[in-house]
Amino acid sequence: MPQTQDKSAKDSGIFVVSHGKPAQANCWSCGAMRAAHFCQQCGKVQPPVPADYFAFFGLPYKLNLEPARLEREFYDLSRHLHPDINAIKSEREQEWALEQSSHLNDAYRTLKDPITRTEYLLRLQGVQLEEQSKAATEEARRTGKLKKQVVPPDLLEEVFELNMQLEEMRMNKKMGESDRNLERQLEDAKKHLQAKYDGMMQALSGAWGEWDALVDRAERGETVLEEDRLAARDKMVEVLNRRNYLRNLLRDIDEVLGG
Amino acid sequence: MSNERIVGIDLGTTNSLVAHMEGERPVVIPGEDGSNLLPSVVALDENGQIVVGNPARKYLIETPEHAVYSVKRLMGRGVEDIQDELKLFPFRLADDLAPGEVLRIKLGDKTFTPPEISAFILRQLKRNAERYFGAPVTKAVITVPAYFNDAQRQATKDAGRIAGLEVLRLVNEPTAASLAYGLDKQQNGTVAVYDLGGGTFDISILKLHEGIFEVIATNGDTHLGGDDIDNLLIAIALDDIHGDLGVDVRRNAEIVQAIRKAVIEAKIALSSNDATTLDVELPPGRRYQREITRQQFEQLIQPIIERTVGPVKQALKDADLKPKDMDEAVLVGGSTRIPRVRLLVEELFQRMPHSDLNPDEVVALGAAVQANILSGGSEATKEMLLLDVTPLSLGIESLGGGVVRIIHRNSTIPASANEHFTTGVEGQTNVAIHVVQGERELAKDCRSLARFDLKGIPPMPAGLPRIEVKFLIDANGILHVSARELRSGKEAEIEVQPSYGLTDEQVENMILESFDYAEEDFRQRQVIEARNEAETMLAALEKGRNNPAWEQLSSQEQTDINKLEAALRAVMKEADYQAIRSAIDVLNQATMHLAELMMDSAVSSALKGKDMATADVGEGPASPHPIAQAEIK
Repeated sequence: MPQTQDKSAKDSGIFVVSHGKPAQANCWSCGAMRAAHFCQQCGKVQPPVPADYFAFFGLPYKLNLEPARLEREFYDLSRHLHPDINAIKSEREQEWALEQSSHLNDAYRTLKDPITRTEYLLRLQGVQLEEQSKAATEEARRTGKLKKQVVPPDLLEEVFELNMQLEEMRMNKKMGESDRNLERQLEDAKKHLQAKYDGMMQALSGAWGEWDALVDRAERGETVLEEDRLAARDKMVEVLNRRNYLRNLLRDIDEVLGG
Repeated sequence: MSNERIVGIDLGTTNSLVAHMEGERPVVIPGEDGSNLLPSVVALDENGQIVVGNPARKYLIETPEHAVYSVKRLMGRGVEDIQDELKLFPFRLADDLAPGEVLRIKLGDKTFTPPEISAFILRQLKRNAERYFGAPVTKAVITVPAYFNDAQRQATKDAGRIAGLEVLRLVNEPTAASLAYGLDKQQNGTVAVYDLGGGTFDISILKLHEGIFEVIATNGDTHLGGDDIDNLLIAIALDDIHGDLGVDVRRNAEIVQAIRKAVIEAKIALSSNDATTLDVELPPGRRYQREITRQQFEQLIQPIIERTVGPVKQALKDADLKPKDMDEAVLVGGSTRIPRVRLLVEELFQRMPHSDLNPDEVVALGAAVQANILSGGSEATKEMLLLDVTPLSLGIESLGGGVVRIIHRNSTIPASANEHFTTGVEGQTNVAIHVVQGERELAKDCRSLARFDLKGIPPMPAGLPRIEVKFLIDANGILHVSARELRSGKEAEIEVQPSYGLTDEQVENMILESFDYAEEDFRQRQVIEARNEAETMLAALEKGRNNPAWEQLSSQEQTDINKLEAALRAVMKEADYQAIRSAIDVLNQATMHLAELMMDSAVSSALKGKDMATADVGEGPASPHPIAQAEIK
């Protein structure tokens, strides 16, 4: 009988909750128990330790977060870690401040935006999103190679049709011809796809909810099945890939219509 | 760090200023002539001495090939970049300039790089500050346009070093202005800073919150400013003169400079009058006159002012904000005095822009505030912190000539990115990385920042090494690169070839050469020291007057001392340190008797048994004066 993957996700450390609890080390300056980045007692900046962006802010690995709270935390950490505040400190404190604050800024920038936050968490989970980027598209076009791309199955027919229309439009432009009918068709397709694209954020929000619910369960000490974790994770991957794909299609249409 | 003051410097295209925090407010430090603005003009006089500021302006008109202005336009740039500038400005490049070499400009029979010329200006500001404080100044915060790229920033730092200043921070001009404004207003909100100076335009959108100044987006044009307006008017005048008087004076540098002076005066007049007359004397004995109305002027400059609209719209777009989301619009830079510019800002942001802070001084004042924050802050600034951004995306040239963007524009700095590289050939020990700045898709359309050669990679089959390169943009907006080969853990050696900059060695040499111009610094230091001694002397004399020994002097002695004291006070105001020292000597002589009397009473009461020979009477001006020492309690 095949072994079902009954392993608790908690064991794999995925849902490890980190709330920036102090490590077992003392502040180099006043000896007080060391906080993550700066000493809570004396305020001195501490040497950087490797930490992912969520851990840096002492946040759980959940996708929903309060932007206002994140901003407040960002401002507060900046006041302690920024090189300007540490400009007259020792050289090593200045180096730490530079590294800490660049890490802080990178973390804030990534977590602040819902898409990059999701992408980042997925990366932590070992997922590399498909080569949907514009750069990859350009590269493929230039070298003639096929780029790694998966068409969302429900869009297959629509995409096939659209690609034909785009090709025809490009030919027309090369010849200097114009086809009002074709243009209108493309404009309609654009409206349709735009609506689908606009609906993506809501879909993502739904996927977030599923993931966060699992994290909550792990925090409470409940068992979370590996297959559930993977399902929630893959849902987010699917939404992001779909979103990227739609965005590229819209870009292609704009390019052709924009002249 | 001691109590040494850190100053804030606005190194402007047209004017430069130095300021510092005095108590709760920043204050501009005036020059010896009492003026707050130091024109960014440098000239070589008849004796081969460097002249800076107002005195240099007369050379600009009389011997233009011995003077240079608006050198900021050349900082961090190569010959290819300044072709437009060369057409519009009388910059004379060195004849033996090789392609790819750092620019050198001719001043008389000498040549200087733009950082060296800027260093002369910085040195003058440094002197002004030292004179004001009566103490050395070696640390400064210097402002740069927000849209300055890495090479331009590096050049500014180099200029500081050559001038003998440790540049603690480069601050973006609109951000500095917002600091001065924020300190003044103490309000939270979203602010747009529209900074149109002599040579550069910046637009920055900031969020002010409980003392944090967070830049959300910035944009601009480093080839756009008041100079372009001037050049437009100069071109018209030249055409007029050619047409009306049949004379082509384009090649006559003196006349062109005279026209420029008149044009600037007219431009300024039109900010408050509806019409003015351009009036230029054309030797021998002819005159060019032309009336300009404000309306004509506004029509003329519309295309130039229009160029600020694109960057403003882009910045708002990047910030994801609309004009109505702004709580304030702030005007910075002399060119914002032009009514048409104010109107444009009013239209763009749908509100009356703020200009209660002097647009010429606000950047320097903000730099002083930042200097204060860096030195630990004071009551006024202890809650303040600047969070600025990098204005241009940083990318690496990829195989095929495209750009892979690794740090996006408007990222808060310090910012970093890690990229991984590998080798393409068996046994390859070097990897070349070309770093560019800009928003274009192809590397050749972006600004080349530097080429980094990663050396010392352990030889391995192709594709095996994993080289991690860390790109870090520091708080000055300047890039640092470090690299490690992950399999061996070895730090790669990085050789940097800045595309338009000076190497460390070149800067070191320039610092050494600049000591030739330090003659002036030495003289000034002597004056400061002499004045300090005079102060000590006078303070001691005051104590002497309050001492009962004073009554024991004859009225003639008292009169003499008073006269010499007055003479010393008068000569202290001059800059002749030798005259000050003689006045100190003479007063010293006149107060000998008083000193003895004071010493006697002190000696008799505290040093019983000693005679005058053993009492320390001092040996002259260099050693402590007995009166000063009569503090024996």
